[in-house]
Amino acid sequence: METNGKTKMMLDKLSVYYGSFRAIFEVTMPVYDKKITSIIGPSGCGKSTLLRSLNRMNDLVPTAHAEGAISLEGQNINGPEVDPVAVRRRIGMVFQRPNPFPKSIYDNVAYGVRLSKKLSKAELDDVVEKSLRSAAIWDEVKDKLKQSGTALSGGQQQRLCIARAIAVEPEVILMDEPCSALDPVATIKIEELMQELKSQYTIVIVTHNMQQASRASDYTAMMMMRPDRAGEMIEFDETQKIFTKPKDKRTEDYVSGRFG
Amino acid sequence: MATTHTRTLLDQDLRTVRDDILRMGSLVEEQTERAVRALKERDVSLAHHIVESDERVNDLRYKIEDECLRTMATQQPAARDLRTIVAAMHMAVEMERMADHATGIASICIRMGDEPLIKPLVDIPRMQVAVNAMLHEALDAYIKLDADLARQVTEKDDEVDALYQQILRELLTYMMQDAKTISGATYLLWVAHNLERIGDRVTNLCERVIFAATGELGDYKPIKSI
Repeated sequence: METNGKTKMMLDKLSVYYGSFRAIFEVTMPVYDKKITSIIGPSGCGKSTLLRSLNRMNDLVPTAHAEGAISLEGQNINGPEVDPVAVRRRIGMVFQRPNPFPKSIYDNVAYGVRLSKKLSKAELDDVVEKSLRSAAIWDEVKDKLKQSGTALSGGQQQRLCIARAIAVEPEVILMDEPCSALDPVATIKIEELMQELKSQYTIVIVTHNMQQASRASDYTAMMMMRPDRAGEMIEFDETQKIFTKPKDKRTEDYVSGRFG
Repeated sequence: MATTHTRTLLDQDLRTVRDDILRMGSLVEEQTERAVRALKERDVSLAHHIVESDERVNDLRYKIEDECLRTMATQQPAARDLRTIVAAMHMAVEMERMADHATGIASICIRMGDEPLIKPLVDIPRMQVAVNAMLHEALDAYIKLDADLARQVTEKDDEVDALYQQILRELLTYMMQDAKTISGATYLLWVAHNLERIGDRVTNLCERVIFAATGELGDYKPIKSI
């Protein structure tokens, strides 16, 4: 397989458990720097669990624990000595349903920045504008920064959430079905935004929409549920190959819409 | 829990495309067989009929292209389904050109009019039988998505090429012995050339079958120089 660019993250035999139930079985895959990697697979195969373990979000589930290594820039971030909050600052997340805080548009973006840095008003204004511009929503909200973020349309709210995620300057952005609650036009806007963002960020996206994975991502990981119901990765390749000539019959059936 | 299921609409569309590819293929076989028969039996009216029937092949080509486009736009096929559709589009174009070669043979027959053949036809009908058999098998390979069968068919193009070389040598001897045979020999040479091109295009069909079956794209025959 051709790999262009360096490896930003590396998963090595990552298994995730909820109590004694193994939800993810020994996933080994790279996440390439400044590329978009999509994770696809039928419902319940562990896509979201895998994504959430990438920034230690699963630590918030009391019974969850992960085995194996997740490295970011060569450093294991899965160890108990690593502060999950620091990990989440480097690896941001955007969720399925837009979830702006019930605060002004400005404060939505400024919130995380204020927690991590002490900035002057002017510096903070700059960060907010820059983030909103990067999230391709500045022109739509620049005259109403004091209005509530929840008053925006669904697509705008999602771009606001992306602005909020990039305001703290993460290295990787995780997106869990970011367009599933959006209409087609808002979906295309997010996809175009992802293409712009990848010049600066590494993106991992979970999606049920295979056309989205094929349109928007550079690499695709295909997951399936094993008989013991643990999710495993059965194929990882360039997206174009996954959708035109997958190697595994199960991937073939899934991307052809004949399974799942 | 994930389950296997069928895609009825997509499967219907794929079936329509496959059926039309087969229909087009048998039309091309028929046109080629009749063209060589018209020449052999000096049947100018049959030759005219072949030229007129080319329209049917052309119509089928556009029908197939239209079906493929519609299926891609409405069903978003992926992987093998997508390759089967894309292959069909290329194959329809190839087969349209093959029918043009058959029409070319019919036109030569019309042009020759009453002029007698300089020699009885032996190898030209053999070439025709060989290319039609190749075409038949190539289409069989498409329906079965059988890459091995398609590769075997490409091998058979060597036999067609050998026949062509043999005809060329024979006709050259005629022409060297008697300058009066030059025009008659040239006509036959054109006919043989048309058949040789049909054989080449069958190997192009096979490349598309291999692509549809495996996703591999590439030439299975170097471009020949004569």
